[in-house]
Amino acid sequence: MELLLYTALFAPLVGSLFAALFGASPKTLVTGVVTSLLLGVSLVASTILLIFVITSGQFVHVEMMTWITAGDLYIPFGFIVDQISVTMMMVVTLVSTVVHVYAIGYMDHDKGFNRFFSWLSAFVFSMMVLVMSDNFAGLFIGWEGVGLCSWGLIGFWYQKESATWAANEAFIMNRIADLGMLIGIFLIYWNTGTLQYHEAFAAMPALENATLVWIGIFLFVGAMGKSAQFPLHTWLADAMEGPTPVSALIHAATMVTAGVYLVIRSHELYALIPNVGLFIASLGAFVAIFAASMALVNRDIKRVIAYSTLSQLGYMFVAAGLGAYWVALFHLMAHAFFKALLFLGAGNVMHAMDSELDPFKMGGLGKKMKVTMIMMTLASVALAGIYPFAGFFSKDLILEAAFVEQHYIIYTVLLVTAGLTAFYSFRIIALIFHGEERYKLFGFHPHEAYKFMLVAMSPLLLLAIIAGSFKLSYFEMVTNLLPAIEYHIHHPLTYWVITLGTQLFVIAAIFFAYKKYMSKSVKVPDGTSAMEKSFFYKLLINQYYIPRFYEEYLVKPYRELSCVFWKHVDQKVVDATVDGIANVIYITGENSREMQSGNLSTMLKWMVAGLVALLSLAVVFGLATRHSDKIMLILSGLGV
Amino acid sequence: MEIGLNHYLVLSTILFSIGLVGVMRRKNLLMLFFATEILLNSVNISFAAISHFYGDLTGQMFAFFVIAIAASEVAVGLGLLIVWHKRHNAIDLDLMSTMKG
Repeated sequence: MELLLYTALFAPLVGSLFAALFGASPKTLVTGVVTSLLLGVSLVASTILLIFVITSGQFVHVEMMTWITAGDLYIPFGFIVDQISVTMMMVVTLVSTVVHVYAIGYMDHDKGFNRFFSWLSAFVFSMMVLVMSDNFAGLFIGWEGVGLCSWGLIGFWYQKESATWAANEAFIMNRIADLGMLIGIFLIYWNTGTLQYHEAFAAMPALENATLVWIGIFLFVGAMGKSAQFPLHTWLADAMEGPTPVSALIHAATMVTAGVYLVIRSHELYALIPNVGLFIASLGAFVAIFAASMALVNRDIKRVIAYSTLSQLGYMFVAAGLGAYWVALFHLMAHAFFKALLFLGAGNVMHAMDSELDPFKMGGLGKKMKVTMIMMTLASVALAGIYPFAGFFSKDLILEAAFVEQHYIIYTVLLVTAGLTAFYSFRIIALIFHGEERYKLFGFHPHEAYKFMLVAMSPLLLLAIIAGSFKLSYFEMVTNLLPAIEYHIHHPLTYWVITLGTQLFVIAAIFFAYKKYMSKSVKVPDGTSAMEKSFFYKLLINQYYIPRFYEEYLVKPYRELSCVFWKHVDQKVVDATVDGIANVIYITGENSREMQSGNLSTMLKWMVAGLVALLSLAVVFGLATRHSDKIMLILSGLGV
Repeated sequence: MEIGLNHYLVLSTILFSIGLVGVMRRKNLLMLFFATEILLNSVNISFAAISHFYGDLTGQMFAFFVIAIAASEVAVGLGLLIVWHKRHNAIDLDLMSTMKG
């Protein structure tokens, strides 16, 4: 089993290093194939581990080597495969294998083909370290690793100004959050004396409540950054500057769920501090509806899907905050499948439309791209949570959990969000694939993606449809580790009313979206219609003016402050000191080079001068030592 | 007037100063050699005088060493000087500036 663990962990790293060897050379197909194959190996190893964990109910725990030992501090490179991490490993390896194969087709004409695969596999390796580590330090390494790879992949087309800006934004915002997380980790070490999960959590019930609250808050700040929760959410939508496979893998299925994973992993901590949990749930519910509202009007299909990711992450945090950790993990898994599928479908559309992202300029693409249309529609159905697709089982479970726990406000917010989710998902479906063929006005010639890309997507489609049927076996597996709370509404009438009501509400939202956006009257918006002039539309399309607020009140003052420090502190103090020292030496040299005129008689004169100086010194010292007692007397007379 | 140690030392100092000024002021390489000889011999005078004054032969022995070394130094120096003169047709110090830094 240990060998399998190492295989699952290191196969992506080998792939990444292999692709990096060809990083600077033009496209070689072999890098794409080799990295995909190694990911496949990792997937197989993870599957075997999953079967082992299910059948035996045991963990696989290895300690590869010592990392840090200093005094009482002992941190090994230890890895654990238990029910939580094996679930994450399956999600990560499965989605990334699909995305790797898909990217061979998607990045076909790109100059940075090899570089892309190197980054992508490096990301998978970091993510595996993150989920498999058995201590907080290892988790943090993986955490930073995925941040770095995310930076490299968002800014993959570095010749684009907007892409590098988005990459830096994502990186810097995550740094801010990571500071919080680091403080949380320090607090854990400070109070429990260890960073190993099981030892740290075992020591926690004995700690003071206030300490635990601080630890919980700081760890959650880290999770907020990675999972793009309000107010650190702006980077996720901008991260869509990266290539679409990256959006599918990193910014939908895996990396952004790391925050949820952290909360689930620390469930023993959060179980002790229900107030923080309630805060997490409330923030999650707020983000769910907040992001969904921005998705309603956006005119960029990738951004719409990004907001939908944000909204679904909100759902996961609601579940995790309310103590329904297994529900959160289940939704994380199901969401990864259909959201990655949705993104890859959007990638096909972009490919067909020469990277055009405005759905209003598409329309009627269904005739040319049947398979993509079916896949995206089914993924949207799963996202909307229609029976019997995956979303129904995972998302409605969160609604039920909120209802059972009697948080009716959160429940209502989530219910409304479910309707909004269905609406905006089918808004873009209707705009892209149905209605008038508006793309002809803009001279596009759409075509379906390569066959093997569609085949690569099919496992995700299958899982988006059937993932719900794993619910029972999944429940049995993870509840070995996570609290086994079943959320059943006891009154059968209430149960049916709520379930059917939700379903009908969602279906109504879907029909409304189709009706509104399939009609022939849909035109490319030009800023003149009454809706576009309304206050709410402006508020939503400008993302509640939050990016502008950050720009005006945080970025600009900071830039001003930096300018002041640069001009007045750095240049006038630090640089001036360094330059001053250099100048003194420079001037000394400049003046004393006269001595080295090369003229022998000048040199002889200098020699004589030196001799005289040394002799006089010798005489002075000689006299001084001879008459030292008298000199001391004179000096003491002077009062020294 | 009895000639004592001080007279020798004063003579030695005067000669040394003449030699030093010669070393510093002369531009002719040959003259520089003369000045060096004066410097060395002024020291020899004081060695011999002090040696006689103390009745210790070590100083006179040193004087002999200095004479021998000065002779060999002049032999080497004059050889180089002749080669230099053949090449450049001049032995002016100011023209020798290959050591300029």
